[in-house]
This record gives sequence, structure tokens and C-alpha cells, in this order.
Amino acid sequence: MSKIPLQFRHNGRDVAIFVDGGTNLLVALRELIGDMTPKFGCGQGGCGTCSVLIDGELHLSCLTLAETVAGRFVETLDGMKQGPNLHPLQRAFADNFAAQCGYCTPGMLMAAKALLDRNPQPSRDEVIEAISGNICRCTGYEPIINAILAAAGGRVSA
Amino acid sequence: MAVTVKTFASAGEAAGALSSDRSARYLGGGTLVMRALNEGDVSISTVVRAQDQALTRIDASGPRIKLGAGVTFARVLAERDLGFLHAPARSIGGPAVRNMGTIGGNLFAPNPYGDFTVALLALDATVAVAGGFGSRDIGIEEFLQARDRQAGTLVLSISCTRPASTEAFRYRKIARIKPKGGSVITLAAHLPISGGRIAGARIALGSMAPTQIRARAAERALEGRSLDAATIAAAASAATEGTSPSDNALGSAWYRREIVGVHLRRLLSGQE
Ligand SMILES: Cc1cc2nc3c(=O)[nH]c(=O)nc-3n(C[C@H](O)[C@H](O)[C@H](O)COP(=O)(O)OP(=O)(O)OC[C@H]3O[C@@H](n4cnc5c(N)ncnc54)[C@H](O)[C@@H]3O)c2cc1C
Ligand code: FES
Ligand code: FES
Repeated sequence: MSKIPLQFRHNGRDVAIFVDGGTNLLVALRELIGDMTPKFGCGQGGCGTCSVLIDGELHLSCLTLAETVAGRFVETLDGMKQGPNLHPLQRAFADNFAAQCGYCTPGMLMAAKALLDRNPQPSRDEVIEAISGNICRCTGYEPIINAILAAAGGRVSA
Repeated sequence: MAVTVKTFASAGEAAGALSSDRSARYLGGGTLVMRALNEGDVSISTVVRAQDQALTRIDASGPRIKLGAGVTFARVLAERDLGFLHAPARSIGGPAVRNMGTIGGNLFAPNPYGDFTVALLALDATVAVAGGFGSRDIGIEEFLQARDRQAGTLVLSISCTRPASTEAFRYRKIARIKPKGGSVITLAAHLPISGGRIAGARIALGSMAPTQIRARAAERALEGRSLDAATIAAAASAATEGTSPSDNALGSAWYRREIVGVHLRRLLSGQE
């Protein structure tokens, strides 16, 4: 079966790759571009750790047919830091102990970024809603919710 | 296994490609198709896509609304004129699933999914489909009854009448995991009122049969009556008639039969 040429913008950089028909974006990012920040958890849409932004919208890369991002903007955790500095969300995750094993962290950060880009001052309920597609096995969610509120400059409840 | 992906500019061409190939599957948002591919479903060897703008069009200004099959739940939620459909759209998945999943794909989603379709069934929606035969309109109930035989047809759009008031259309999804999670049962009711009496009651249920169904006995109990306690009680006790729920990880058939009347009563009496 012939390979399909695919071009898109990956964290502000143009990339051109060849994919097999039916390849999902997660595989394309990890195996063909070498961006290992989106993680593979379930391949079923259930865990959210593969979350990326496509044209600024939160999508599950494991359920995205790679070809559908042709000509579009794909952002992953790899593009989040700002020069040598961590993004305020990354900083807040570290400061608030919002990661233990860290497996869910890339997806959580992308979901949080999608929220704050659209709504810089979310309520606690809006934060909960925004990460409702992301599963964390370790933190119990509270530190993650507090970190996102802290990054937003909101009040962190005890 | 690699599949062949065919992308077409027009919905008509995509419909032609679908109807001529049994192993072809149309790709809407992909939330179920890609899941099947990731699981190694070998029954899919071709994936058909259409980049037709008509498939993502929303016409929501008039009394009758029309939504392209490729409209996502996030777009429904962003449309103020579609307020009556916000509760069903919001009840689906997490934010990423709502950004990706389409209302066309929802018509085909098996239990415990297909929540938006429950709302559309209560609203007597019409489904515009295209196949080898050209395009035609079909009532949503007929569409759902023949759903298994719809392979090869492309859904173009779905239209329905806007409910006369917020009170006239109600939706409730029972899930164990909130704010997302598969449906234990899903209910929608359309209760148009004429001269103080219900005229044209529609009650639709999800996860109470292999596809979404109308609760006809409950509808009959409501028809021509005012929505008082006695009428609500009669409708609630008729809710299980004609249902055939199954057991799954979210609930047993027995449990579903036990609770459907309770939730219908709450829905009809406006309780939270
Ligand atoms: C984590 C997760 C949570 C979910 N939660 C919910 C939920 O709470 N409620 C719910 O209802 N669903 C849920 N879903 C299921 C699914 O996302 C939705 O039902 C969605 O509407 C399916 O649409 P899609 O466009 O992604 O479908 P696709 O995967 O693209 O397609 C699904 C099926 O429909 C067919 N199809 C799609 N569009 C058309 C068309 N225009 N014409 C003909 N055939 C078409 C496809 O060929 C395929 O057979 C969930 C899915 C995931 C992964
Ligand atoms: S790997 Fe994509 S949602 Fe789990
Ligand atoms: S920190 Fe381990 S899964 Fe979230």
C-alpha cells in the first residue's frame, strides 16, 4: 500500500511526513516525528493522555486520523514551554504537586491550556469540566485542579 | 492493518464511494471508527471522507432547524439559537469528544452511546440521506429501525422543529460517572401544548432497547391530557412497555426497567 504525504504545522514548525492509510495522529507524532510528549494510554478515547490541540481545540490524537490534520496547527506538550522557561501551567503543576507518575500530565496540561486560552479565569467547576476527559490514577485530581486554578491566578482553596 | 482512505470534495461523490464498497466506512469525527481501527477491526478496509462544507452547515435561525451531519457537539454548544439542544450535547463525553464527535456519527453509535439521537427522536427529526439512489428524507424512527441496514448510505443532515418553549422539551441522561460517562438510560420528552392539553407527545428512550425507541404507551397516557399528577403517574407506569434493555457494565436490564419510570416521572414533573 502506498504511503500518503502529509504536511502540517507541529508546534510552530512545518513538518512533512509519509503515513500509512489509517494511521492515527498519536502514532504519527510519536513514531514519525519523534515527539514523545503525547502518551499512549488506551487508544480508545478513554484516558485523555494523548490529548493535543488542533487549531487550538482539544482533540484525542489516538482517535484522529493523521491525514485530517493536513495544513492544520497541531500543538503538543513539547511546544508548551516558552523558550528556556516553563509555561505558567507547567510551573503550577510542579509547585502544586499535580503530578506523581506523570503519565496523565501531558494530556492534563493540554486540556488545561485549551481551557485557559479560551477562558483565562475559570471557576473550579469549569476546571473540573475541562479535565473530565482525562484520567489520573495517582493524584486524586485535587492537586491538578488547584494547579490549574493557581496558573489562572484564581484562588486556590485549601 | 493499513486501510485505504478516500477523500472527496463533495458529499455526493462520497456517497457513491460508500454505496459501491461493502467494506467502506464513512469517517465523521472518528471517535468510534478510529477506535475500531485501533482495535484492529478488519471489517473496515476503506475509510471514506468528504470535505463538503454543506456537511458542517448549521441553519438555526428559523422555526425549523437543520444541522449538517458533520456538525460537532461543541458547535451545537456554541450556537445560542440551539439552546434546546445544549443539554443533550453537553451530556456527551469529555470536551475532546465533544470537539470531535458529530451528530451524524451519533445516529450510528451503539449503546451505551447515542444520547443526542434520543433528543432528536423525541423531536421527530428528519434525516436526509444519500446513497446509490440519490438523496431522500426519512423519518428518524424509520431510520433507526433500519440502522443496521444503513451501511452504504451517507447521512447529509438532520432537521427538526424548534420546540415552542423551554418547558416543551426536556432531556435527562442517567450516568454513573459525572460529568461524562456512558448512559445507564437516557430520556427525552417533547410535550407540545395546545389549549392546555398535550398534543403530539413524544417520549424517547436510550439504552432501553438495541436502538433508541419511542415509549408509545407513555405517549398515549399523555396525549390529550394536561400534565397533572395523575397523567404523569400513568405515563411513568407505562414507561417500560415495549422496551427490551440489556445488561451491561453500567447497569442490568432489571435495573433499567426499575428506574425508567422513576426518571420519566421526575422529567415530566420538572424535578431535578
Ligand atoms: C471517550 C468517549 C466517550 C463517549 N461518550 C459518549 C457519550 O457520552 N454519549 C454518546 O452518545 N456518545 C459518546 N461517545 C461516542 C461517540 O463519540 C459519539 O456517539 C459521536 O457522536 C460519534 O460521532 P463520530 O462523528 O465521532 O462518529 P464516527 O466514529 O466518525 O462514526 C461512527 C459511525 O457512524 C458512521 N457515520 C458517521 N457519520 C456518518 C454520516 N454522515 N453518514 C453515514 N454514516 C456516518 C460511521 O461510518 C461509523 O459507522 C463517546 C466516545 C468516546 C471515545
Ligand atoms: S490514548 Fe488516546 S485517549 Fe487514551
Ligand atoms: S500522575 Fe499518575 S496518572 Fe496522573
